Amino acid sequence: MKFIIAIIKPFKLDTVREALSGIGIAGMTVTEVKGFGRQKGQTEIYRGAEYSTNMLPKVKLEIAASDDIAAQVVETIQATANTGAIGDGKIFVLDLASATRIRTGESGETAL
Amino acid sequence: MKRIFCNAAMLATGAVILAAPALAAPVAEAAAEAAPAVFTPTAEMVNKGDVAWMMVSTALVLMMSVPALALFYGGLVRAKNMLSVLMQVLTIVCVAALVWFGWGYSMAFTSTGTPFPAIVGGLDKAFLAGVNPGTFAATFSNGVYLPELVFVMFQMTFACITPALIVGAFAERVKFTSLIIFVIAWLTLAYFPIAHMVWYWAGPDFLPTAPTDMGLLWGWGALDFAGGTVVHINAGVAGLIGCLIIGPRIGYKSEAMPPHNLVMTMIGASLLWIGWFGFNAGSALESNAFAALAFVNTFVATAAAGAAWAMIEQITHKKPSLLGAASGVVAGLVAITPAAGFAHPGTAIILGAVASIVCYFFVTTVKNKIGYDDSLDVFGIHAVGGIVGAIATGVVADPALGGQGWIDYTAPVAVAGEFDMIGQVITQCWAVGVTVAWTGVVSAFLFFVLKYTLGLRPDVEAETNGLDISEHGERAYN
Repeated sequence: MKFIIAIIKPFKLDTVREALSGIGIAGMTVTEVKGFGRQKGQTEIYRGAEYSTNMLPKVKLEIAASDDIAAQVVETIQATANTGAIGDGKIFVLDLASATRIRTGESGETAL
Repeated sequence: MKRIFCNAAMLATGAVILAAPALAAPVAEAAAEAAPAVFTPTAEMVNKGDVAWMMVSTALVLMMSVPALALFYGGLVRAKNMLSVLMQVLTIVCVAALVWFGWGYSMAFTSTGTPFPAIVGGLDKAFLAGVNPGTFAATFSNGVYLPELVFVMFQMTFACITPALIVGAFAERVKFTSLIIFVIAWLTLAYFPIAHMVWYWAGPDFLPTAPTDMGLLWGWGALDFAGGTVVHINAGVAGLIGCLIIGPRIGYKSEAMPPHNLVMTMIGASLLWIGWFGFNAGSALESNAFAALAFVNTFVATAAAGAAWAMIEQITHKKPSLLGAASGVVAGLVAITPAAGFAHPGTAIILGAVASIVCYFFVTTVKNKIGYDDSLDVFGIHAVGGIVGAIATGVVADPALGGQGWIDYTAPVAVAGEFDMIGQVITQCWAVGVTVAWTGVVSAFLFFVLKYTLGLRPDVEAETNGLDISEHGERAYN
């Protein structure tokens, strides 16, 4: 099993989610986060007082996937969250040691 | 129309003392012609339409303080200081209302029991002594009166909002108790005398027999329809002095201090605009065409100012901001205040737009160059916009530009006076100068006394934690 963390632009969330449902991903965790990368920050101006914020709002997806579709998940996210501009985000893949469904106690890939 | 017009001789000289000889002759004539029968207003001289309009206006002006000003300011501070600003405004309104009842009305709107009747009134009507449903206050028309209680209440709301305006200048860093003590003293030493000097006069039916029974600036012929000098310049200058003496916020210029909720600021600015119809149109004191003129001008000058600020932001950094448009709206409201009942709507639009651009330049450029921390731009918008409006009133009131001119109330039945634009502008400048100097000196004195006695500033830890928790023991958002 793999644990996939993707940081994407907030407005891409629905597109990505729909595409992942299409390839059989049945669940994910979504968090609003802030951070920075190559895109740096943005400038806000309040009555002439300029503040450059170096943290930008992003959305973090966390998805647990079986080994056979993990690569496809990464490809799908990469394809659908892509705008071609800096700040599109990153995808990280980690090995997942175990997964347990709390209601039934099932574990392993059946719990996904 | 608050206290506006006066004798032509005074208008030209700009000084009541110089005008005194010129006055002597008409006074003597008047005395000879009409034996000075004492005029007594009666209940039949009260118009129910006027009373209804003035009571509605009174409530509208209260709404400008709470919640409008409180929300407008509150949205602009950081979340940790939200309640402190709301609490300051609310408490100041409560305290100012009580002070007005106690001695404010008497000091502002009587001329007896005082050694300087042109500067400030005495205490003959303290605690509203002698004011009852059977006493009446003059309007701007011969033989038209308001119940005095209505006038007391309407003016009370002005005394409530003016000190509340000041707190924006040193928001996020002032001790609550010291602030409230300042407000009581400042009302007594600055607001009441200036309100008296600008607005007090005996009334159209009394002036022919008592032509010197008026405040100093009224006597000079200064035009201030609804309080450009008394309210906005007065509060704006006090705010500037306060923020200079208290000093900048911790982290000013080094850390970001963006407004925590511009939605509230939008709600506040909008309610200010609505309430301002009571402030300006109500200042006609009657439900008549002058009230309508002030109403129109309050609408269009403000619209022009809001649009002008958005436009200048579009030009300078391609993004017109909500805060900018809301600031423009307030700048326009401030600027039209002294001119509301005098200007033609066309010149009112120009006045609003000009004031907005001047205020924009002031708060975005001049303030940053000089480097003082007027947190919410009380000086940059209220004093600067107020000064632009007060001086421009001398121009837009000119009948040659469609303005209303001034009325000579020393005649037994008021008549229009001859308008001299240059002379009027000079008079307006004198009125601005006296207001700035008076409130500047009083405010500096009071702030210094408090600074070295009770202290004006919370300690560093309290300020860093936010005034909500350190001064009031609560948080706005849980």
